[in-house]
Amino acid sequence: MIRGVELAEAGPVRRRARRVREAGLGYLLLLPALCVFGVFVFYPFARNFKLALYQTPPYPNLPSTYVGLHQVGQVLSSSNFLESLVTTVLFVVFIVPAGLLIGLFLAVVAQRQLRGIAAYRVIFSSTVVTSVAVSALVFYSLMNPVVGLLPWLGISPHPSVLENTTWALPAVAVMAVWQFIGMSFIIMSAGLQALPEDVLEAAKVDGASTWTSFWRVTVPLLSPTLFFALVVAMIYAFQTFGQIDILIGYQNAAYEHVNVLIYNIYTTLVYEENPGRAAVMSIALFAITLVLTVLQLRILERRVHYGR
Amino acid sequence: MGRLVFDGVTKRFGDVVAVDHLDLDVADGELLVLLGPSGCGKTTALRMVAGLEALDEGTIAIDGQVVNDVEPKDRDIAMVFQTYALYPHLTVARNIEFPLRQRGLDREERGRRVREVAVTLGLEPYLNRKPGQLSGGQRQRVALARAIVRQPQAFLMDEPLSNLDAALRVQTRADIVALQDRLGTTTLYVTHDQVEAMTMGDRIAVLSAGVLQQVAPPQDLYDRPGNTFVAGFLGSPGMNLMGGALVEDQAGATARVSGGSVPLTADRAALARAAGSLTVGVRPEALALDPAGTLEASVVIVEALGAEAHVICKLPDGTRLVVRQEAGRHRPQLGEAVRVAVEASGVHLFGAADGRRLEAAA
Amino acid sequence: MAADALSATALGPSAPHASVPDASARRRRSRRGRLAVRYALLTAGALIVLFPMYMTVVNSLLAPALLDRQPPLLFPVHPIWDTYVRAWTMGHLGVYLRNSVIQTAIIVTGQLVTSILAAYSFVFLRYPLRRTLFIVFLSTMMIPFEVTMITNLDTIDSLGWYNSFQGLTVPFLATGFGTFLLRQAFLQIPKDLKEAAALDGYGHFRFLARVAVPLARPVVAALAVFSFLSAWNQYLWPLLVTGDNDNVRTVQIGLKALQGSQIQDLNVTLAGAVIAVAPLLILLVIFQKQLVRSLTGAVK
Repeated sequence: MIRGVELAEAGPVRRRARRVREAGLGYLLLLPALCVFGVFVFYPFARNFKLALYQTPPYPNLPSTYVGLHQVGQVLSSSNFLESLVTTVLFVVFIVPAGLLIGLFLAVVAQRQLRGIAAYRVIFSSTVVTSVAVSALVFYSLMNPVVGLLPWLGISPHPSVLENTTWALPAVAVMAVWQFIGMSFIIMSAGLQALPEDVLEAAKVDGASTWTSFWRVTVPLLSPTLFFALVVAMIYAFQTFGQIDILIGYQNAAYEHVNVLIYNIYTTLVYEENPGRAAVMSIALFAITLVLTVLQLRILERRVHYGR
Repeated sequence: MGRLVFDGVTKRFGDVVAVDHLDLDVADGELLVLLGPSGCGKTTALRMVAGLEALDEGTIAIDGQVVNDVEPKDRDIAMVFQTYALYPHLTVARNIEFPLRQRGLDREERGRRVREVAVTLGLEPYLNRKPGQLSGGQRQRVALARAIVRQPQAFLMDEPLSNLDAALRVQTRADIVALQDRLGTTTLYVTHDQVEAMTMGDRIAVLSAGVLQQVAPPQDLYDRPGNTFVAGFLGSPGMNLMGGALVEDQAGATARVSGGSVPLTADRAALARAAGSLTVGVRPEALALDPAGTLEASVVIVEALGAEAHVICKLPDGTRLVVRQEAGRHRPQLGEAVRVAVEASGVHLFGAADGRRLEAAA
Repeated sequence: MAADALSATALGPSAPHASVPDASARRRRSRRGRLAVRYALLTAGALIVLFPMYMTVVNSLLAPALLDRQPPLLFPVHPIWDTYVRAWTMGHLGVYLRNSVIQTAIIVTGQLVTSILAAYSFVFLRYPLRRTLFIVFLSTMMIPFEVTMITNLDTIDSLGWYNSFQGLTVPFLATGFGTFLLRQAFLQIPKDLKEAAALDGYGHFRFLARVAVPLARPVVAALAVFSFLSAWNQYLWPLLVTGDNDNVRTVQIGLKALQGSQIQDLNVTLAGAVIAVAPLLILLVIFQKQLVRSLTGAVK
């Protein structure tokens, strides 16, 4: 009798114990990541908003004063911020289409199984392993007024390209596009290789010329990849920092004309030691990228054709 | 008009010869089936007609014109792919219309043709759907519609039924035959399914390892297979093949095989005399379980199929023998020793060395 | 009848039209023409992509005086190999490379471990709030670096981790993106495999190590490559948390320092750049196929 009761209860109790153990293990496995996220992602994110509301004192060791949205308004309307914004937009508009188109072009040209094509593919992807510092130094030497290539090509503006208020931004943009080509090529190549062969053959048999077949069949089929590449390109463009730092740098006369938002945030934080301003600008940058991502998801995702 | 001619067509992939000097003439309006096991080269041959593979040797001519160097789009042929290859981002209507866009027809004419074809294949309710929203059978019909809307000189079909379930396959088979009959367009049809081949083809070309084995109307192929490969491949199950030798005595001529002997008619005996060692072929329906039979075998398994049964036996040397038994007969037990009678008129003789059918010199 | 049985009716090809030989020869020529154009485009593209690096290598081997030459020299006639030795020693590149390797190794290992563990938890274990927690993980992908770096700098400072490997690596030890990728990979593993393993006596960790991770190997490799490249490439964060300290300075910042100290001798700086990128280029050539496969794993 007693044993029967014990057995009847053992089942649900044992099961509950097992579930508790499983949950415990589940949470335990998430713990390391959650700790890192908590300290280095969520807390800073929240604190950033707080920082934006406090004006940094002109001298250190003084307490910062709460000024609320006043600082936000002030920073966002400052000419420094607005110029930075314009520069960033120009930069992104230059880099993203160029990077994507060149990558797509190279991927299409390298798509056939020709002899030696592997070597070409390696070359086209190679910029993906060049780090920021290496790429910047490479172009630093190419664009140097004395040592570089430009005088030979007939480009000798005064002051030199990397100190020139008009030419500095395009120069950095060219460098950024070059560095992005590798990644763009790899993404586009992968997308092209995944296209359904039989549909492309059907287009051939159905009478489509190479041009028609590319625009009416290949590109629509490639749209998920194009979308992904666009997102990656945008993130890359907005995060371009190291190249500016090495190619131009804070002391440079042209610095204000390449002062994209992320660079501005950095200099405000480190050189001007003004975390309040920096926080406001970083929130602005965050908001912009968030809006763009959502827009992309809304507008473009609808036109993206996902497989069969 | 839409005559297709293969002349010495050869295709190699590295060391492998996929198609070996193929000579084949597809008459205008004919539905010719390329039949063979996977890897026999039939799909490669089809793709060469489409222009999707280049030839290594030989020529292919469509309507009298050699097309070796002509682009697929200029060959005026339409293809139905095994995977249908529909444009996933276009509606059914636009899928069907696609081949017409490159031909300079105005919009009204295109719309008219698309609708006409849609009616023929029962696709009207689906014209605004995308392929992803259709069932397998519907997609297959869209693929067909896209092929016929162009009114090409020839259709190329690459195992179009293999992705359909059994019941649908039977139905669609009949539909395709009726359609082709009505349109009268030359059709080259590839399949590995010999039932499809037998029911659909005006003629069947059997391929094995890139080499054409035999081309003939279905019944001819069945009644007079040109070699042991064709004999074994056609028919469900295929012909039984046994190794044998001619034995003549006062009782008459027979072919001695493992487990006993097979009776030979006079003309067959004459053929056997001229040849060396033999391969004897008998279809399951020419065999019967009979206590007076001339072969001794043991039963391996009995497959009861309702209207008939296949009794699979084993001769002493291990050769399998399938005997067709009508419904209602007594089914033997597994492992039972039985005697099998052979109908002399149903015996086929092949040379043991090359597998070729033994025939009287015409 | 007999002839019919064996061979196909072998009719010779009908007499080709008189223009056919010319037409097919013309088509063959045009096909060869198109092939030539393709190779031309490929080569042009390759030259453009390679040219900057090529010039860098050339310039690194020239004497500083020759660098000023216009038009610039395209080939080092008297290469000065010593420049590389100088770049290595004066640029402390050996030390910086070591530091980068340590920093990258820590980050890659950390990201792999935390992502694998978290993904396993999300896929094979059940507990309340599992979905919510996964969304929390995903949300970290939306919070960009520029927003967190300000406070993170303060945090690192107050922990006394300035100029240390902890400061360099700890903020990056977990990744929402990596967890997402691995969760996808683990989801592909059929459920009955886990059940069969359980019947065979495999606990969670044995299953994870012996079954789940090996089956997800392509994705793990993809994540490793991705983590490696982004960790190795880091610039802004190392710049913020390390100063002029040879114990922790990474090669990226080291290159910038080299540039600053060698303003006169650009060839030395360039040699440093070449040294910094050469190992990765070699790895790329060797592992090219795997790299492409792994980076495209993220595309799907």
